[in-house]
Amino acid sequence: MESVLSRAGIWFVLVIAAFLAMAAAQDSGFAIHMGIIMAAALIGLWFTISKPDYSAIARGILRVPADESLYYDDVVRWGVIATVFWGMAGFLAGLFIALQLAYPVLNLGFEYTTFGRLRPLHTSAVIFAFGGNALIATSFYVVQRTCRARLAFPGLARFVFWGYQLFIVLAATGYLLGITQGREYAEPEWYVDLWLTIVWVVYAAVFIGTIVKRSEPHIYVANWFYLAFILTIAMLHIVNNLALPVSLVGSKSYSAFAGVQDALTQWWYGHNAVGFFLTAGFLAMMYYFVPKQAERPIYSYRLSIIHFWSLIFLYIWAGPHHLHYTALPDWAQTLGMVFSIMLWMPSWGGMINGLMTLNGAWDKIRTDPIIRMFVMSLAFYGMSTFEGPMMSIKSVNSLSHYTDWTIGHVHSGALGWNGMITFGAIYFLTPRLWKRSRLYSLRMVNWHFWLATIGIVFYASSMWVAGITQGLMWREYGADGYLVNSFVETVAALHPMYLMRAFGGLLYLSGAVLMVINVWATILGKLREEAPMSDATYDPAADRPLAGRPAEQGA
Amino acid sequence: MSLYDTLRHFADSYALLFMFGVFFVLCAWPFRPGAKRHSDDAAHMIFKDENDGE
Repeated sequence: MESVLSRAGIWFVLVIAAFLAMAAAQDSGFAIHMGIIMAAALIGLWFTISKPDYSAIARGILRVPADESLYYDDVVRWGVIATVFWGMAGFLAGLFIALQLAYPVLNLGFEYTTFGRLRPLHTSAVIFAFGGNALIATSFYVVQRTCRARLAFPGLARFVFWGYQLFIVLAATGYLLGITQGREYAEPEWYVDLWLTIVWVVYAAVFIGTIVKRSEPHIYVANWFYLAFILTIAMLHIVNNLALPVSLVGSKSYSAFAGVQDALTQWWYGHNAVGFFLTAGFLAMMYYFVPKQAERPIYSYRLSIIHFWSLIFLYIWAGPHHLHYTALPDWAQTLGMVFSIMLWMPSWGGMINGLMTLNGAWDKIRTDPIIRMFVMSLAFYGMSTFEGPMMSIKSVNSLSHYTDWTIGHVHSGALGWNGMITFGAIYFLTPRLWKRSRLYSLRMVNWHFWLATIGIVFYASSMWVAGITQGLMWREYGADGYLVNSFVETVAALHPMYLMRAFGGLLYLSGAVLMVINVWATILGKLREEAPMSDATYDPAADRPLAGRPAEQGA
Repeated sequence: MSLYDTLRHFADSYALLFMFGVFFVLCAWPFRPGAKRHSDDAAHMIFKDENDGE
């Protein structure tokens, strides 16, 4: 009872503090955000003081099996649901802004729905909400299995989950309200950054705490990648977001750095967000889920260790390639380019390691649609980690930079590598977490695979054409020394490509809708009656001894 | 020489050599004699528990 009282007291203090901050707010955006925090604290207060056992009710709604096993999986189940939910939100936002580029009327003449505000909503929803929830959920799942130990601090793990969702809501509403630091992939303002720092430190404590109490002597390589992801993101996030707020009750802040130093800090962050959030974290998923689904150990454990150290030592220097031909010193640009090219080798080493895990079981690509997703994901990892170093070469970059080629490159990595491996992991986890004998439907996984794959092909190829068209039109000079094309002419030339890109996005979203249905039905415990994905053919007429057959077959 | 120059020369000489040495040792470590068995054990470790630890 006393603990209930003291916890309710903490929530109450938070409600009051948020209310006071809202009342004293310097701008309406900050007031709205403090209102959201107050609402979150009120919900927390309500859950603390009301009598019903809400966790039991939640377990009933989520069809959680009575789970007194070795591992703490509640937070992983929430994470899987959150991943699917935010994935749909992010993909939908992506399709909408793709259509806005093709049909500007969809900006709706309303400041909150302009492309400029919805674009960070899309990027953050897919990277941090969809990808981030997938990383948190899978890291909690994998670290327990590979350490053979129950999650350390389950209470803190719940805080990480809900705290991260609050961060997502604050970030997303902030973009719509126009609250932004204008730093790519680090748009949230200072107070949201501080909140994420707290959540992230607690996340690190839960993860490292579980590793410390492991009963398996060796730390499996997937945990190395997760740990690199968690620690590096903490470092990047703190340094890049060093800023001084104008007012402690206002949403505006100014960066601690200025000019080219600020730009370099931002792209040191930005490229390593790709390298450690979207690469190291997802490689951790690859090193656990691909061998588990293939039922074979990783092709070469020693190669995975070289892969790990090469990524760690090389990625951190690659950021300057985002600032080719800017005020950044030339040597720094060249350094970024050289390290980007060197990154090609460890990336392909990792891809080969993942793909060769199927050595001797290649038939699974035909028979198991989840393995097919993992293989396609690795193939896109290989393609985008070849394309990236190539685009970082200065002469290539002079054509590709600021064009849609970059957008195509990012999406072949994000939709192909990150998306596909996350879908595979969700399909792997859902039946195991809810103790079902199998997924609702494997054939729907197959449909999801093809819709997503064809969607990416439309997306990437249309953006290649669009990007090279754009780059060539921008640099075209006439005989008189003037530029041949005005900017708006290049925009008009890209219209058909933008339609094809939107169509690809629609296919990708349709595949994800199938995933929602499939995951939902699996959680409810339904099993779709369907023909198996593949089976050896059986002909009863041929299945009898030679002696019993008609005479013409004799001799 | 300014502090910048001093640090810059240190960074592209001894510091670079040191980082490369650390990197080389870390990558070569799993290839030391007798380490293959450890790697194989580690690779198979994820299959130890049937049904995820139950």
